Amino acid sequence: MIKKKTIIAVLALAGALFAGPAFAQEEEAGGHGAVHIDKQSWTFAGIFGTYDEHQLQRGFQVFREVCANCHGARLMAFRNLSEPGGPGFSEEQVKALAAEYQIADDTVDGGMRPGIPADRWPSPFASDQEARDANGGAIPPDFSVLAKARGVTDAFPFWAFNYFTGYQEGGVDYIRALLVGYHDEPPEGFELPAGRFYNDYFPGHAISMAPPLFDGAVDYVEAEGEAAVPETVDQYARDVSAFMMWMAEPHLVSRKETGFRVLLFLVVFAGLMWATKTRIWKGIEH
Amino acid sequence: MSEHSTYKPANGVEKWIDDRLPIIRFSKEHLMDFPTPKNLNYWWTFGAILAMCLGIQIVTGIILAMHYTPNVAMAFDSVEHIRRNVNGGRVIQAVHAVGASMFFAAVYIHIFRGLYFGSYKAPREILWIIGVFIFILMMATAFMGYVLPWGQMSFWGATVITNIFSAIPIVGDPILQLLRGGFAVDNPTLNRFFSLHYLLPFVIAALVVLHIWALHVPGNNNPIGVEVKSSRDTVPFHPYYTMKDAFAMVVFLIPFAWFVFFAPDILGHPDNYIQANSQVTPTHIVPEWYLLPFYTILRAIDFNVLFIDSKLGGVIAMGGALLILLVLPWLDRSPVRSGNFRPMFRWFYWLFVLNFIVLTYLGAQPAEGIYVLVAKFCVAYYFLYFIVILPVLSRIEVPKPLPASISESVLGKAHA
Ligand code: HEC
Ligand code: HEM
Repeated sequence: MIKKKTIIAVLALAGALFAGPAFAQEEEAGGHGAVHIDKQSWTFAGIFGTYDEHQLQRGFQVFREVCANCHGARLMAFRNLSEPGGPGFSEEQVKALAAEYQIADDTVDGGMRPGIPADRWPSPFASDQEARDANGGAIPPDFSVLAKARGVTDAFPFWAFNYFTGYQEGGVDYIRALLVGYHDEPPEGFELPAGRFYNDYFPGHAISMAPPLFDGAVDYVEAEGEAAVPETVDQYARDVSAFMMWMAEPHLVSRKETGFRVLLFLVVFAGLMWATKTRIWKGIEH
Repeated sequence: MSEHSTYKPANGVEKWIDDRLPIIRFSKEHLMDFPTPKNLNYWWTFGAILAMCLGIQIVTGIILAMHYTPNVAMAFDSVEHIRRNVNGGRVIQAVHAVGASMFFAAVYIHIFRGLYFGSYKAPREILWIIGVFIFILMMATAFMGYVLPWGQMSFWGATVITNIFSAIPIVGDPILQLLRGGFAVDNPTLNRFFSLHYLLPFVIAALVVLHIWALHVPGNNNPIGVEVKSSRDTVPFHPYYTMKDAFAMVVFLIPFAWFVFFAPDILGHPDNYIQANSQVTPTHIVPEWYLLPFYTILRAIDFNVLFIDSKLGGVIAMGGALLILLVLPWLDRSPVRSGNFRPMFRWFYWLFVLNFIVLTYLGAQPAEGIYVLVAKFCVAYYFLYFIVILPVLSRIEVPKPLPASISESVLGKAHA
């Protein structure tokens, strides 16, 4: 017999577990969410989320051809691109890709050598100062974990639901919005400093990154058996954001798969424990 | 405590050991035969859950320390290295980070259980006081742990929190410099925090041993707060409570696993994925959620009192909010332990719980506008509860009649 009090207790416990941290949430976007940002549906969201290989490959193409001219990804190794749960390139493809890049290495003649799969993605600038000089004083942030270093703020009380839905896509929602949020002209009365660009979603609206994408900027290699993907800013933004999520969270798929099994086990195990417990306590008034 | 023991060495070897180090006898007495009130509800499983949490933190922490590098240039990347390249690293790291939050959720429930059922009252004062020390050490440990990944919140949180010490007259600045290992938070700070973060959990573990020792002298309190009268009121700890605690632990692991596998970062701050940068201050510096109530108390004192300036006043209030728990057993003089039999106390208790949740909420809000005012009221109630309400209630409240014994109470319930 489950007592009413027990049920209330469990509910209260669940409430307390979720409510406490929930209160800390509101500020969590770190000022990046003053404007409303539309949540997108991502393949990697939710309990069964996995990356779409083709999307990651397209996102990688956008990253490599456009963003990598300014942004680094110092924690991503070439070999990661062929690891399970990622864009799914073959080892040969990765080897060939790495070899296209020159890697700084003081132990070889001339200080440069062609890349190998174990090398990290080379940074486009030799130093922060060089990066700053080339970008009007702003440093293009490294992409390795950028998708987790941004977030969106939900109004009260909606952030509380995120604990139950496991919403972890705030960073990509923000990045996608940022990439499509440019305007040629700032709204009337807005003083846009020289060398800045007006963006709806960037905090303060004046960003030092020129709109990096335009329709047709990247010529997608068509994947076998896939319908042609539109070559629009919107599509590029989605794809490169998904790729950035993978870069920041390369083991997401295996993590969620394990998690599903763990939860299933725990629920069943808890049921068995409950049965044993009631059995043992049978006949004891308490 | 040998009176509970039914231990008879089973063979010559056990007898030989028992004559020299009666450790098997001790374990049997304390982990198996220990007479435990039979009416404990699920709030009493949190002690066991906390022990599990401490174990999880220590085990995962030791593994993390094998791969972590306490150096300002490498700390951030080394944590990412764990997440990316160490086998199972993403999960181990997430268990440790989420585990800290779960540990605090459990400890707050454990403390509020004690507050409601009057578990701090005689003869359990020392048990309670050890608990308060454990709680303070847990906060110190968690705070230092949060600094280790060397993200923006790590760095700025460390700067703001260590700065608290500078408010103390005369000794404040030397203490601050000793803590930081210099004038600003930097590599020496990271090194000493790492060292202390590794040390303190073992100090906590030692205190937990004392905590349980102090528990096993008077035995458990229980939901009706009437002491055990006879062996009819109790059941042996094993198998009754080992099984019940084990069940509760597994249930506790369900939300735990949910966070670890499906939302490992939701309890943290996105800014901590940006490497620490002393040149860029984040827009809002927010401590971890479990420190927020005390952070609110710290910030609420924004006025000078006589010769005490607001900064020192905040530190006194925050310290006082913790230290007042130490003398709680002597503030609440009501002879009735359990809130179930205290009609007036209950109202003030639940208001205190609500007040504490609001204090948590306010800690994450900017200190401006209406929040400042509400924070002051909440801080006032926090202290009034201990200093005025509990002492006065013990004089004026008429408690409901208590059952004669635990057995009587459970039988009454069963036949009602
Ligand atoms: C011409 C160089 C350049 C290119 C190409 C470029 N960026 Fe940037 N990016 C920058 C600079 C500079 C900043 C820093 C902006 C600032 O702080 O004002 C930046 C900042 C960002 C930010 C962080 C915004 C924030 O919230 O702080 C994101 C996200 C971003 N870029 C994404 C991209 C993506 C995706 C691409 C490729 C489609 C790309 N960038 C291509 C220069 C570039
Ligand atoms: C690492 C942290 C802690 C651990 C592992 C721990 C462990 C335990 C255990 C196993 C029990 C017996 C079972 C139970 O009543 O739940 C207990 C009881 C108790 N604990 Fe803790 N505890 C911790 C922290 C605290 C704190 C922070 C406080 C108070 C500030 C506290 C106060 C008490 C009290 C008063 C009791 C007696 C309860 C009763 O019998 O009614 N404990 N603790």
